Amino acid sequence: MGIRFILMVNKQGQTRLAQYYEYLTIEERRALEGEIVRKCLARSEQQCSFVEHRNYKIVYRRYASLFFLVGVDNDENELAILEFIHLLVETMDRHFGNVCELDIMFHLEKAHFMLEEMVMNGCIVETSKPNILAPIQLMDKAS
Amino acid sequence: MAGGTSSLMDTLFQRNLDDVIKGLRLQLIGESAFISKALDEIRRELKSTDPHSKSTALHKLSYLSSLHHHDMSWAAFHVVEVMSSSRFAHKRIGYNAASLSFHDATPVLLLITNQLRKDLTSTNELEVSLALECLSRIATADLARDLTPEIFTLLSSSKVFVRKKAIGVVLRVFAKYPDAVRVCFKRLVENLDSSDPQILSAVVGVFCELASKDPGSYLPLAPEFYRILVDSKNNWVLIKVLKIFAKLAPLEPRLAKRVVEPICEHMRRTGAKSLMFECVRTIVSSLSEYESAVRLAVAKIRELLVDDDPNLKYLGLQALSIVAPKHYWAVLENKEVVIKALSDADPNIKLESLRLVMAMVAESNVMEISRVLVNYSLKSDPDFCNEILGSILSTCSRNVYEMIIDFDWYVSLLGEMSRIPHCQKGDEIENQLIDIGIRVKDVRPELVRVARDLLIDPALLGNPFLHRILSATAWVSGEYVEFSRNPFELMEALLQPRTSLLPPSIRAVYIHSAFKVLIFCLHSYLLQRESITSTCPDNLALGVSELVLKREMPEGSDLATCEGPPAHGEQDEGFNPRVSNQSFEDLSVENGGERIISHGQTSTPGTLENGYTYESIVNLLNLIELALGPLIGSHDVEILERARNLLCFIELIKGKLPECLVQKEENLESEEMKASKIIELMCDAFSEELCPVSVSAQERVPIPEGLVLKENLDDLETICGDIQLPPSISFSLGSPHYEEGVSASLSDLQSKEESEPSNESTSLLREHRKRHGLYYLPSEKNEIVATDYPPANDPKLQDYLNKDADDLVKLTEESLVAKKKANHAKPRPVVVKLDEGEVVSISAKRPELKDDLLSGAVREVLLGSDTRTTSSRSNPSDKSSSKRKGKEKLNIGPSELKDNLGDAEKHEHENPSSRRSRHRTHGKERRHKSPGKISEETEENGQKGKQKSSHHHAKHKARRRADTPLDVVSQTTVIPDFLL
Repeated sequence: MGIRFILMVNKQGQTRLAQYYEYLTIEERRALEGEIVRKCLARSEQQCSFVEHRNYKIVYRRYASLFFLVGVDNDENELAILEFIHLLVETMDRHFGNVCELDIMFHLEKAHFMLEEMVMNGCIVETSKPNILAPIQLMDKAS
Repeated sequence: MAGGTSSLMDTLFQRNLDDVIKGLRLQLIGESAFISKALDEIRRELKSTDPHSKSTALHKLSYLSSLHHHDMSWAAFHVVEVMSSSRFAHKRIGYNAASLSFHDATPVLLLITNQLRKDLTSTNELEVSLALECLSRIATADLARDLTPEIFTLLSSSKVFVRKKAIGVVLRVFAKYPDAVRVCFKRLVENLDSSDPQILSAVVGVFCELASKDPGSYLPLAPEFYRILVDSKNNWVLIKVLKIFAKLAPLEPRLAKRVVEPICEHMRRTGAKSLMFECVRTIVSSLSEYESAVRLAVAKIRELLVDDDPNLKYLGLQALSIVAPKHYWAVLENKEVVIKALSDADPNIKLESLRLVMAMVAESNVMEISRVLVNYSLKSDPDFCNEILGSILSTCSRNVYEMIIDFDWYVSLLGEMSRIPHCQKGDEIENQLIDIGIRVKDVRPELVRVARDLLIDPALLGNPFLHRILSATAWVSGEYVEFSRNPFELMEALLQPRTSLLPPSIRAVYIHSAFKVLIFCLHSYLLQRESITSTCPDNLALGVSELVLKREMPEGSDLATCEGPPAHGEQDEGFNPRVSNQSFEDLSVENGGERIISHGQTSTPGTLENGYTYESIVNLLNLIELALGPLIGSHDVEILERARNLLCFIELIKGKLPECLVQKEENLESEEMKASKIIELMCDAFSEELCPVSVSAQERVPIPEGLVLKENLDDLETICGDIQLPPSISFSLGSPHYEEGVSASLSDLQSKEESEPSNESTSLLREHRKRHGLYYLPSEKNEIVATDYPPANDPKLQDYLNKDADDLVKLTEESLVAKKKANHAKPRPVVVKLDEGEVVSISAKRPELKDDLLSGAVREVLLGSDTRTTSSRSNPSDKSSSKRKGKEKLNIGPSELKDNLGDAEKHEHENPSSRRSRHRTHGKERRHKSPGKISEETEENGQKGKQKSSHHHAKHKARRRADTPLDVVSQTTVIPDFLL
């Protein structure tokens, strides 16, 4: 499975984006997000970005007011996931121009599209920014 | 989404998603009210016939579902409608909603097969990609089966954008419908040769996932992976390939030898920490027998450990804990860093280093490490303190305390842990105290001492986390009261006023223990009195034994039934009048007196001095009556029952006691006998030893002949339906003290009848004692252990704490460098163990059927086997199974099974031979799994089903045919020589 889910959560703990690669019921998602947010947001900047949760790990990184949390299997490479998060942020930066929480709120489907280009079935399939953004630009042009 | 052009009024005034988000942010009417209003709108709008307003409504709904957790399963049908819209913008919303909300049980999934097929074959690559994305999230077995042909086509699409997504979707399709492997696998493998980096990264990702579930099946692809490992410049791809090799290398030593150098090369060269870490992890987890590679990896780990970045430090510790079991030196080299990390600011790092420290624990250093860690826990925050305690407890108790040599030490450590202010491990400590008490005979004196220290401290009663521990200590001191130095003191501790703070169930244990202590005191008093009354002054010991023996004859050996040491102590003497020191010590200890170091005749008077006078016994009885009197009115059944038992017993005894105690003449012998007989009977009952019971003991009880057991106990329901246990009764059958109570009272009833047989067991016990005498600890040693460790909260300890880190560093150095076993001052006592073997057999697990199907299919495709066999890869430890071409089919003929086994056997011998020569050497049988690659060409798709069921010879021909053209994979059937 590799990546199990990707969450973006703001400082107040509100979910801004949630992408799951395994099916969870609404209740399970609510519980999971609650637990994880409580666990990760309480940590300080000086602490490491990896948290063990249940039987998997969460790799997270904070950008301004937004936390990017990725749940991965135990044998996933943590540093690669951190790079993945960074790549995601850079990609969004390139698309939105200095991305902020509001961009993601109002263009949630675009953020989803980027993720879909990058990750499939929990595997990272695409890591080149132009390649990720190409279909989105195509769609923008079309509409 | 804005800018709808429909002329409908609805649409003009419909709120789009942006409006909803803005409304949510404004929060004019509160979030939940706003959302429920929005949901009402959405419900209405979804029914609209206008595709635009419908899709906008769905868009809003998916947003609310995804981020605000509102159910949207009710809109499933609308999702299907919007998916089938002809406008891309609408379709997109529909697909998005589907991948968000559909799951295996969604009924409308049946309706979308055709829609998906249409979009998969669309000329618009964005539409194809939408369908593929969606399929990768929601594919069910049916969908996967029905759409496999389309995906097969897309796997060789000329558009990279589509092809890479088709590759991505394959993973889900295979998982849901393993037969798809037969169709798609070859094309998937072909994509490994692609020069396009996008394709490559997608396909390597898929193989990484596949290989992680069943690495053995993918061994034949090793050359492809190797090529990527050497050639690729993409770190993402390299990391995935490394993960694959980490799985493959342990299966095939020749492969490991081949890849270790390139991996080291990457490790040296790369500037990317992620790749470097992956190399390190691969080396330490899968290639740990290559010394030079491990050295390099450990050097890299060191770099990580000393880095300021907490992430790298954490990963370094993790990597180190993988190396630790096989390469101790790696931990040694980095011990300062590891120890320093114990006091890191980050709890995760602390935890990781704690694990590492615990991994270092061995028989030789367990005492030192535990000592330092306990001190460490004193100054840690509560959470980490309990982590430390928990890991000490679990490490030390691992495998029935195999690491513990000196149980006296361990028991006092348990006592010390209990006193740590943050300690919340009461349950675990309780279990271990009782468990050790039952299993390890020789530690009981120390156990009782520890229990007494805990019991007697009124402060501990106020801490609810300790109640369970106190329950254990109360039980221990009642059960093994014969080792107590001062039973009166114990009794006071058990009845102290603050016990009212305990929960009823534990209080009941206290009362019951008090009962046992009382019986012990009375019994000892009687014995002692008798010994005085009938002693010949010049040979005291002999007198005692004579008396005992005399008494035994007429009374059916009451004393002998008493299995506790008092009986044998004296009998030992009786049979051997020139007693050794030891038996005297035994006598004195068991009589409840002080440990008497002086030898010989003086010991008995010693017992008298501190022992049981008439006054002390009467005081004792009064104390109990005073303390338990109020409990007669208790509302808790357990307490009430036990308090009454005890009080009634006192009532019974008190009537007789004065005479029998006062009268020193023999004229009232019969009266005296009556009272003492009761006491002795009780004593017998309580001194019945409790032993650990095997988990599977119940199964071993043979079902008596003629006993008809009902399968169904429903009848019972009608009889006992209305009987319910009142909730306040807190007895648990599992807890040892309760069982003890039951067994005690049972054996109490039976003790009369049992007196004959138990005579025999007494002599057995005596013999045991003689034989294992050397395990009995000398008393001086006990004293030392007892005073060695100051109580945990001792203020003197504080300055000691500061040096902890240094201490631990030093001690790990000492204890690790000097790896040979230390000379232990005392031999390890016997620890009663029961049938460990059985536990292992239970834990053996079967692989999941689905995985089996998948890996079977993969093997079949890759290795060209047509042996259809066996649902059980019966022997997972068998290395050759990785190469065995076993195909999972549920119905198999026995002959085929044999075939397959033969194959597996053959394999053992033929590893190094080349493929060609194999063909010749292993005649007919060999052929069945002859390594021709199955050609899964399109035209064969139709035959697929037939082929599966057809006889394997027919299929074999087809493979032969395909053998020549498909060079790449056919080579890989056997691990090719160039790799090995």
